[in-house]
Amino acid sequence: MLHTFVSYVEDKPGVLTRVASLFRRLNINIISLTVGRSERPGLSRLTLVCEASAEAGDRIRASMFKLENVIDVDDIAGAPSVTRELALIKVAATKHTRSAIFELVEVFRARIVDLAPESLLIEMTGVESKIEGLIQVLTEGDNRILEICRSGKMTMRRGHHTSSVLRAMGAAAETERDDSANQLQQAQEGAVVQPD
Amino acid sequence: MDANAKSPSPNGHLTTPTRLTGSEILWATLVGEGVTDVFGYPGGAILPAYDALRKFPIRHILVRHEQGAAHMADGYARASGKVGVAVATSGPGATNLVTGIATAMLDSIPMVCVTGQVSSKVLGTDAFQEVDITGVTLPVTKHNFLVNRAEDLAPALRLAFQIARSGRPGPVLVDITKDAQQATALFDFAAAKPAPYRPHPMLRVEDTGLAQAAELIRNAKRPVILAGHGVLQSGAMEQLRTLAERGQIPVALTLLGLGGFPASHPLNLGMMGMHGEAWVNDAIQGADLLIACGMRFDDRVIGTPSTYALKAKKIHIEVDPAEINKNIKVDVALVGDLAEVLELLLPRISSRGQGGRDGSAWIKTIEASKGAVAVRDIKNLPDSGHLYAAHVMHDLWRITGGNAIVVTDVGQHQMWEAQYFHHELPRSLITSGGLGTMGFALPAAIGAKIACPEKEVWVIAGDGGFQMTSPELSTIAQEKLKINIAIINNGYLGMVRQWQEFFYDKNYESTPLVSPDFVKLADAHGIAGQAVRTRAEVGAAVDEARNHAGAYLLNFMVEKEDSVYPMIPAGSSLHEMIRRPGKNPLVERSDDL
Repeated sequence: MLHTFVSYVEDKPGVLTRVASLFRRLNINIISLTVGRSERPGLSRLTLVCEASAEAGDRIRASMFKLENVIDVDDIAGAPSVTRELALIKVAATKHTRSAIFELVEVFRARIVDLAPESLLIEMTGVESKIEGLIQVLTEGDNRILEICRSGKMTMRRGHHTSSVLRAMGAAAETERDDSANQLQQAQEGAVVQPD
Repeated sequence: MDANAKSPSPNGHLTTPTRLTGSEILWATLVGEGVTDVFGYPGGAILPAYDALRKFPIRHILVRHEQGAAHMADGYARASGKVGVAVATSGPGATNLVTGIATAMLDSIPMVCVTGQVSSKVLGTDAFQEVDITGVTLPVTKHNFLVNRAEDLAPALRLAFQIARSGRPGPVLVDITKDAQQATALFDFAAAKPAPYRPHPMLRVEDTGLAQAAELIRNAKRPVILAGHGVLQSGAMEQLRTLAERGQIPVALTLLGLGGFPASHPLNLGMMGMHGEAWVNDAIQGADLLIACGMRFDDRVIGTPSTYALKAKKIHIEVDPAEINKNIKVDVALVGDLAEVLELLLPRISSRGQGGRDGSAWIKTIEASKGAVAVRDIKNLPDSGHLYAAHVMHDLWRITGGNAIVVTDVGQHQMWEAQYFHHELPRSLITSGGLGTMGFALPAAIGAKIACPEKEVWVIAGDGGFQMTSPELSTIAQEKLKINIAIINNGYLGMVRQWQEFFYDKNYESTPLVSPDFVKLADAHGIAGQAVRTRAEVGAAVDEARNHAGAYLLNFMVEKEDSVYPMIPAGSSLHEMIRRPGKNPLVERSDDL
């Protein structure tokens, strides 16, 4: 099955190698990986999609947590969430063939972000199937696709969700605490807290 | 920062921030972390650090190969429970550490390796003796650092020690560029303290789990405790013993768990797994409850998962959440430090007198299955004129009173030692279990002796493994260490030969082994020794070695084609074991049935 992990990692050199190397060691192929800044200074947020057995989720998550630079890991599993992907598609188009493409772009709620004499550039955000759909109709319509650039998936849970790890970190910032027992308790449930 | 923190530094008194070179910061931080001994080998990229070494109260043991430095730091850690430290230069010095680091990784040994690195200005240019050692060691360290500024050194080193010690311990490597060693920075030991340790967020010891575990134990008819290395790592010997005694539950041990539960204890079954005795593995296969304590269901222990203890419910008490349901699916997982979890569990376990379970019938069943095997006494077996390794192990155990630290290499002798040397005390057996690193014993024993100078230390190695690291004999001579060495010499790479005998039609390809005269080799190092060829000579020779003031080497010329029994072929079920054949003088007839 497909697993989606959302993780906060330290924004330092070599961290991505460590995460990627873990999946290599477990002989799991990464299908999609997006990384970028998060709402927390010094922490990057990544969304990683991979194919592994249903039981493997816990062990992958536990193994990711063992990496020193990994702060939080959320296994999205079947939880209510929003997943989006960004695609940039460059299509060969002249002034004679543009209008048909404009119509398709309209239907798919995509945008034209660059127009040149012989090509145009479509920006589209959506779920994977919608992007695939646009690519398919563009291809079927005798358009020549010059380039496709896809961001990979980004996932966020719906509702007011936060992991107890991040909550504990937030609290730690406010009050200086050196009590590891308290920390343990705070961090014991790294998993999901249902929305209120 | 904590103003009251005592910060030992160069001279051991309280510090105010002082400007030091990176090299001085390195040693001052090690001193502050309690390090008194390091094992290393100098070279270009680590020379600034060596230049500053003599200002600090640290004993440096010069090794003959960096692999030896890593194994020594490892043996030091296993013997003492402290963090072992190895030092090497860049490039080949660093890569030579890798086998030793992997050995420590697989057995969860707390260790810090410090390597020199080329100057940060030439990093990534294939400079002389440059290798990307943080890249190379990434999969075999718990974590590693590249430090290229003197001011980052103390925090990185202190964090390295915290990581090495905490949770499931492991090796950490700190790679320091030459210019970072030469530059100066303000050193403040207290301020370099890492943030409080963050326990793994998936640790989980809940009331429901404890209650379920207690319920399973109360109702079990045929329970077995499986005790592993975690017992020693967590220091849970007392709690384990209380659990076994209160619940009347027999205890089987993994190779690395030996010593975690006294061998003489009536509830001790002995070692489980590939070369465990038949009654141990049969007890596990017939059990209705397994209580796994600080062990990871390694493939050498379970044979094959598909047939492993199918009738048993399983409780897994383990500090590493990634080990839960990895090889064997368990019914109850208590994820946390073993000693702490057992402290929480024990109040829920009643002794027989207080309405707890009655274990006598199950114990009687196991005793019966031991039969004559359990009451073997090797010294009463007829002397066929041949010297058997098992004899040597038994005599070593008897003569040393089991009080020595025994450091074994890898192979047949390692298994015979585990079978015939009965370990009463934790940390009395040091061996490479997970990685199975030949050449481990001699250097690891040096580390153990440095850690515990008052202890009697024995190396037991095969003629093959011994030659992998035998140059460390020079280290023994230079450091004037009293270490006794027993070479179990059968002229073969014995365990490989045994596999060839069993599984490759006795095609002894590349296993017959020509060796130097080990006694002469020892002599060349100024180390005394003698060869032993018959059973009758063993006792006197061992006495001679023990009474000799310096290191002593015994070359035991044992039976050439002896095999370790019983044996579960790799990937087979625990009950499909190869029993002792009748022609073997060590055979117990009941074992043949």
